[in-house]
Amino acid sequence: MVDAQRHVLSVRDLVVDFVQDTGTTRALDGVSLDLHAGRVLGVVGESGCGKSLTARAILRLVDRPGRIVSGQVLLDPGAPRQQELTALDPKGEAVRAVRGGRIGLIFQEPMSALSMHYTIGNQIIEAIRAHGGLGKAAARDRAIALLNEVGIPRPETRIDAYPFQLSGGLRQRVGIALALAADPEILIADEPTTALDVTTQAQILALLRRLQRTKAMALMLITHDMGVIAQMADDVAVMYLGKVVEFAPVQQLFAAPRHPYTRALLRSVPNIRAVPRERLATIGGAVPHPESRPTGCAFHPRCPEVIAGRCAIEMPPSLLPDQEGASCFHAAVGA
Amino acid sequence: MTVLTVDRLSKSFPIKSGLLQRETGRVRAVQDVSFSIAHGETLALVGESGCGKTTVARCILRALPPTSGAIHFSPQPGTTIDLAPLSRKSLRPLRRHIQMIFQDPYASLNPRMMVGDIIAEPLLVAGVPATQRLARVRELLELVGLPPAARTRFPHAFSGGQRQRIGIARALALDPTLVVADEPVSALDVSVQAQIINLLLELQDRLGLSMLFVAHDLGVVRHVSDRVAVMYVGRIVEVAPTTSLYGRPRHPYTEALLAAVPKADPTLRDGAVVPRGEVADPANPPPGCAFHPRCPHAVDRCRVELPALREVAPGNFSACHRAEELRLAGVV
Amino acid sequence: MSVTATTTSEERFAQATQLQLTWWRFCRHRLALISLGVVAFFYLIVIFADFLAIADPHATDARRSFIPPQGISLFDDGAWRPHVSGLKGVRDPKTFKLAYAPDPTRKVPVQMFVHGYAYNLFGLIPTDLHLFGTEKGQAIDGIFLMGTDQLGRDLFSRLVVATRISLSIGLAGVAFSLMLGILLGGISGLYGGVVDTVIQRLIEVVRSIPTIPLWMGLAAALPNTWSVTQVYFAITLIISLVSWTELARVVRGRFLALREEDFVIAAELAGASQLRIILRHMLPSFASHVIAAVSLALPVMIVSETSLSFLGLGLRPPAISWGILLQDAQNVQVLAGAPWLLCAAIPVIIVILAFNFLGDGLRDAADPYG
Repeated sequence: MVDAQRHVLSVRDLVVDFVQDTGTTRALDGVSLDLHAGRVLGVVGESGCGKSLTARAILRLVDRPGRIVSGQVLLDPGAPRQQELTALDPKGEAVRAVRGGRIGLIFQEPMSALSMHYTIGNQIIEAIRAHGGLGKAAARDRAIALLNEVGIPRPETRIDAYPFQLSGGLRQRVGIALALAADPEILIADEPTTALDVTTQAQILALLRRLQRTKAMALMLITHDMGVIAQMADDVAVMYLGKVVEFAPVQQLFAAPRHPYTRALLRSVPNIRAVPRERLATIGGAVPHPESRPTGCAFHPRCPEVIAGRCAIEMPPSLLPDQEGASCFHAAVGA
Repeated sequence: MTVLTVDRLSKSFPIKSGLLQRETGRVRAVQDVSFSIAHGETLALVGESGCGKTTVARCILRALPPTSGAIHFSPQPGTTIDLAPLSRKSLRPLRRHIQMIFQDPYASLNPRMMVGDIIAEPLLVAGVPATQRLARVRELLELVGLPPAARTRFPHAFSGGQRQRIGIARALALDPTLVVADEPVSALDVSVQAQIINLLLELQDRLGLSMLFVAHDLGVVRHVSDRVAVMYVGRIVEVAPTTSLYGRPRHPYTEALLAAVPKADPTLRDGAVVPRGEVADPANPPPGCAFHPRCPHAVDRCRVELPALREVAPGNFSACHRAEELRLAGVV
Repeated sequence: MSVTATTTSEERFAQATQLQLTWWRFCRHRLALISLGVVAFFYLIVIFADFLAIADPHATDARRSFIPPQGISLFDDGAWRPHVSGLKGVRDPKTFKLAYAPDPTRKVPVQMFVHGYAYNLFGLIPTDLHLFGTEKGQAIDGIFLMGTDQLGRDLFSRLVVATRISLSIGLAGVAFSLMLGILLGGISGLYGGVVDTVIQRLIEVVRSIPTIPLWMGLAAALPNTWSVTQVYFAITLIISLVSWTELARVVRGRFLALREEDFVIAAELAGASQLRIILRHMLPSFASHVIAAVSLALPVMIVSETSLSFLGLGLRPPAISWGILLQDAQNVQVLAGAPWLLCAAIPVIIVILAFNFLGDGLRDAADPYG
């Protein structure tokens, strides 16, 4: 079923290092992912797993001391107009045409995408005109239509508001309108609802879902929240310490997780249906800092199913993109 | 036996503007909040940002002076003191009985003190002699699941979860009667969050603590609390035992909150009702019931008359005019 | 494997105090580390100024005015014999101007630890020992590493002694404005309310006064009859009266920020007294910020003194400071004939740069996230 859809973006064996005086830290260790038109890829993991870094690397937004060491990011893979983003100058014209053009970006804190000093209209109009050849008046009409589309009441007056005059929920809607300005085929949303309250989160998620479906966009949704994943994603990539450790369609992942980490993570999510004072299943220890990545399988020190003498030494096989399975010696047999 | 009874607590903040910082208005952050906590009980205070839950907690801890209302606290059975009017100085001997667990495990530990000294600080201030302090610190470290060697290390050597354990050890140092936990797990990773929730549950069982648990995550709240108070724009809109509140909410806002939580179950998709509208501005709340502009069940009365919090079923309190007639959906 | 090695280094990190961590971060800042060395070097000069000076910085001699800088030759006929060549005065037959040319017939040997003019080491021990110099001979048989001025005073010696005054006036000024800054900033941040508003307005008023006219006014008010020492302290006071405001702001800002910090609230909830909260929990947290602010305030002080004295408003001869030395270089005609008088500007530039790099490094190390 996955193969039926068109690939719009491929990430292949992406490796990102952070080079500092104290040593080199491998923050992404061979990440491979595919984005498909009309599908939502959920990327989930705890802090330091590299989920946000993957998005930034795709958009060539990795700042020093971070560096893409190897791997490829291909836009329209296989098509005649295929573009290798990893080969472009990160500050160049070509990357900027892609960023905000073919790939829209939604941040956790919409204020980081919006300037305080310009009206939201100014900023959306500028984005529209930068990527399309519209005139001023046409661009303004389009901006109002966009604000209307993302559910901002009275868009024709709100267009002249400054970002600080809006509530957090409205700002995130503006952030989404900004991301949609150039009619992108791919949307990358990095923890788009983490800073929002639960009722606002529900509204924003519903909006994202609707937009993604009607525009048949490929959505890469990065979150730490298993609930958001369950509600939004079609396919899920679970990341741990810079690696994709499991990939599966969402129903499959929740029904029968293959990687011990996914299993433990799902069990440790507080359940809204719990019996009062019910204890949670826990994962021992904490996520190690990428600087002190364990040898072999990075999860082995916390893994309840660790194979003595193997997991600590050998690296379990990496996952191929779009291939269901887990990067684990236990799962490799079945998958 | 009740440990804490909060009676019509209100707190407003002045809005100042101009060169001379003249008061031009007031934000009513908390209005007429009343609840009580029994010995050994956990009451969760939930709501969205700006609803006043943290302000309530800070008033009880007297990190903020309340504008009006009473905070009756019983440090020991038989004695009850109203904390609200007390001065900073007269509060000091009572401090040891109410302790706090902070949200941010990084900001809440002094980076310049060793872990042992951080945990020992309340003991030292209370005048516990050095040898007993050392023994108590060791005991506390073990209680919260940290190695004894942690004593001579500095906070920067610990992860978020471990730091939160240190914060819990500090809060428990003087055997408090009441612990106020302000979003104690919201800054932590899921896997670590579960450890801390379990630790809190276990400590409560062992030590018979009473706890006020301030949180926004309804999943976490369901695990830790015996009763839940839901706040919206400075007021409590519903108080009920946990299972009853989740199973059959009696205020439309509670229903909306429960519906909005993304369930970690992909089979429950698309059925979710999305709550409409935005949280009201506490500086300028709507008249009548503050929730009425967002409420699917609102009637004319809701727009003009402020509903009072009243007992609509045994142990279930709701501030909704239509609480008795509505059958609201919860999660089972 | 080096399991034990990692654990001990981890243990070292775990048990490191905030001061050690700050130092480790500082050490990664190479430019700041070099600057620290430079600053330390200059303060060594301050301590041993008279010992390093070759000739009495006040001794005038008309026979050796405007001697250009000389180098020291280390070898003589292939043998280790440091010397400077002797000089002879030659009058230009047309202009009658006196010029100096090396006299190849005479070599003046350079010696270590010679006896020269008398001074008190550290202001206490009377001695006449100097690091190097020449045996007493003809007036023009000296070492003039940076040449001499119009009155025939050795510029190198004068510069060394001027360093003492210029750099110590910075320290004294900062110490004084630090006291004012911590006191007023602390009160402002601690009490808030009306007190805070009054102090903040005061700071704004002080900052809004243009400094040069203020200095001119205050300096003009200093009586002519005052001794060098009195003027020195008066100038220190004048400079610090202006510069305390920046430090007061830093202190107040930290106080306000810290008062809201969770760990300070935790201390209060533990029942700690106000005094204990300030001394045990708040002060150590902003010590590093204050140190950084001080190292950034010092160069301002030094420049202030230099410019005041340069304008003739600060110290006056016979006191020697960088500003006074530069005052001699004010005249274009003098400069055309004796460009070496500008040497005094070099240490000013070096020290100011070094202090700024040092201050930046300290600030980054003290507050890596700020």
